[in-house]
Amino acid sequence: MRGLLAGLSLALCWVLTAHAAIDPYEFDTDAQRERYRHFIEEMRCPKCQNQNLAGSDAPIATDLRRELHRLLLAGRSDREITDYMVARYGEFILYDPPFDKKTAVLWLAPILFLSIGGVVLLAVVRRRRSEPDSAALNTDERARVDKLLRDDSSDEEKPL
Amino acid sequence: MQRLKLFIPLIVFAVLAIFFFVVQKQIGSGAYDPQNMPSALLDKPLPVFQLPDLLSGATVANAVLQDKVVLVNVWATWCPSCLYEHPYLLKLAQQGVLIVGVDYKDDAAKARQWLQEKGNPYLAVLDDRVGTFGLDLGVTGAPETYLVDRSGTVRWRYQGPIDERVWSETLQPLLAKLTAAQGG
Repeated sequence: MRGLLAGLSLALCWVLTAHAAIDPYEFDTDAQRERYRHFIEEMRCPKCQNQNLAGSDAPIATDLRRELHRLLLAGRSDREITDYMVARYGEFILYDPPFDKKTAVLWLAPILFLSIGGVVLLAVVRRRRSEPDSAALNTDERARVDKLLRDDSSDEEKPL
Repeated sequence: MQRLKLFIPLIVFAVLAIFFFVVQKQIGSGAYDPQNMPSALLDKPLPVFQLPDLLSGATVANAVLQDKVVLVNVWATWCPSCLYEHPYLLKLAQQGVLIVGVDYKDDAAKARQWLQEKGNPYLAVLDDRVGTFGLDLGVTGAPETYLVDRSGTVRWRYQGPIDERVWSETLQPLLAKLTAAQGG
């Protein structure tokens, strides 16, 4: 068991490091490197749709990383870089898209579903509380049980 | 009512099953392709370019497209679908369709050889060796084709090889409309 756990955590470490693409890019400052990391994590590869730029080996992802590096070194702001990418690949490329008409459903659906779930849960709990305890016996049932128990104790020897 | 409630999970399952079945069916028939994203360039001007012509080496810029309804076809010799598409482009060129090629991230010598051997359907071929123009166009691979109108505005983008079906169903009507609308 302990071996298994150790193996699993090792595997997890491997997964965490494996998706960081290694490009030999030099940066002037650590802040630039940090922004680069942030961009490649938050931007989606246009070719392989469920990977970010950091995790993709597609040629287009390589090109976009090179372009990001170039723009960062040229001193462009985050806003300018985002606009540059969106102008070419659309908002599709953003894993963290801004809230607007097109993405409203995307952003609001989780809240909507959570509230529906909450309302249903509340209704169920309320109903359970107000209903009489179905496990409790009414007087008729209690009389029957008493009778059965009595019969049972007197006829113990009788085969069923 | 109580009994009906028991069926809710089954109903939800059935609805989802039908939904996924229909989507899967459409993917199968090609009516829906999750890889096909709308181009960010639609109804926007074609990006500015200034690239050497693959064959002559002379610099080609946006002026080459001026006052023409043109197909801009991104291709490369490393791209198998381009090989499939190429004969059809030749056919279109023979019919008088204007096509400008963008040789995308390719080996220029191989590309020249390709055009020599298989024929050249292009008005001009831009040598986009580093892929910067491809990036400006927002291509994700090759082949990709853009339809540009007389004002230099991108009207349509297609990812994948152009063939008889794409031509007759989408491209030809659109091309005819654009040519007519702006006084052919």
